[in-house]
Amino acid sequence: MTGLTGTADVLIAGAGIVGAACAWELAKAHLRVAVVDQSFPASGATGAAMGHIVVMDDSEAQFALTRYSQTLWDELRDDLPANVEFDRCGTIWVATDEAELAEVRRKSAYYCERAVPTEILDSAALQNAEPSLLAPLAGGLLVPGDSVVYPAAAAAYFLERAAALGAKLHLGKRITKLGQGTTRLEDGTTLEAGKLINASGQLAAKLTPGIQVKPRKGHLVITDRYPGTVHHQLVELGYLKSAHSVATDSVAFNVQPRKTSQLLIGSSRQYGVEHDKVEPVILSRMLQRAFEYIPKLRALSAIRVWTGFRPATPDKLPLIGPCLEDPTLYLATGHEGLGITTSLATAKLMAAQILNSAPKIPMEPYLPSRQMVADVHA
Amino acid sequence: MPENVTVYVNDLPVTVPTGATVAVAVMLSSNVCRTSVSGEPRAPLCAMGACFECRVEINEVRHLRSCQVACEPQMKIKVGR
Repeated sequence: MTGLTGTADVLIAGAGIVGAACAWELAKAHLRVAVVDQSFPASGATGAAMGHIVVMDDSEAQFALTRYSQTLWDELRDDLPANVEFDRCGTIWVATDEAELAEVRRKSAYYCERAVPTEILDSAALQNAEPSLLAPLAGGLLVPGDSVVYPAAAAAYFLERAAALGAKLHLGKRITKLGQGTTRLEDGTTLEAGKLINASGQLAAKLTPGIQVKPRKGHLVITDRYPGTVHHQLVELGYLKSAHSVATDSVAFNVQPRKTSQLLIGSSRQYGVEHDKVEPVILSRMLQRAFEYIPKLRALSAIRVWTGFRPATPDKLPLIGPCLEDPTLYLATGHEGLGITTSLATAKLMAAQILNSAPKIPMEPYLPSRQMVADVHA
Repeated sequence: MPENVTVYVNDLPVTVPTGATVAVAVMLSSNVCRTSVSGEPRAPLCAMGACFECRVEINEVRHLRSCQVACEPQMKIKVGR
């Protein structure tokens, strides 16, 4: 078998964390796997992401996928190399008023019913846990099982494991056509594979026209090293309002402590912006929001600002499974801001479908066919 | 305006002419501004705010460029971190 002309059982388009996790999972099942990426591993949303492993409760399906995937990360943690910077720092959902405190209690009850440990923090307990936060705030919800990773290093590790099991990586190769068991590259080469997986994130609709995945732009800031400033990933409860608003640009307080003692400061969400330039107006709004929660952030030095594009779907759930019109083609995209968290569960569900084995959680909510059904009834 | 100003570098008083930068005070009292990630001592290199080698902590704010900040009375400067 020579280079690009070789055949594979499964060809994965996209070497982000989802494609990388799928490659590893399928290689573990003794399939011959090929991964093709137009540039390099984690060059899209994965490389731009914060890397927050978080259990979410927007819907039962989102809870099931994030929770399942979090347990997979926890099982993997001892094997992860140090540069993946896995840190089980926990999340604190910060409440500023009585309405948000009610949301803390609702969220706590929801997680408790589903055996996810949480701790309700009153104003004093929140201040004690995070002395840098503006005082007094109403309280918060600590979810101690949430973690942080360095996504680019995690994707590289998954690909390295896949390659050790025989997976072939084709980097710097742009795909011009993906379908009917064939992948055509810009340089004219054709790759044949029994199954194709479109895991190309926000670019997925370019390779598979008609699927509803849109880029949702985000900004992030990283600071210099300030040990002890923040101890948990801190997210405002208003974050949900921001993440759900589909019409307008929004910002939310979301700060993450890195193992390097740096802080990642987010977050912003924008539809309909295609250029990747940093936008001073959005950046300023995002930082002002962060300063409202942690005034001392104003005095810190930022060393870099960048943007990225989340692959967003209309119903906030990823597309994992066969693309009905083409029996060779599967989708693993549309993870929006949860791709790092849900990459491992996505890989398990993808493997279950390709190998015809039983999945650990119901996979129906994530099947791409739901979009077609929605279209019919629209 | 007084001719001199006294600041504290790692708790030791240093007196410099008014208008002198923190980098001057640090160099008069200690040869080190900060310690790099790999443990090496660092000192001012460009002295014009571009290289970031001269970062120190000033009044509890870390990573400030000492060559860009004028000394003020009673400033508490921490170096070697």
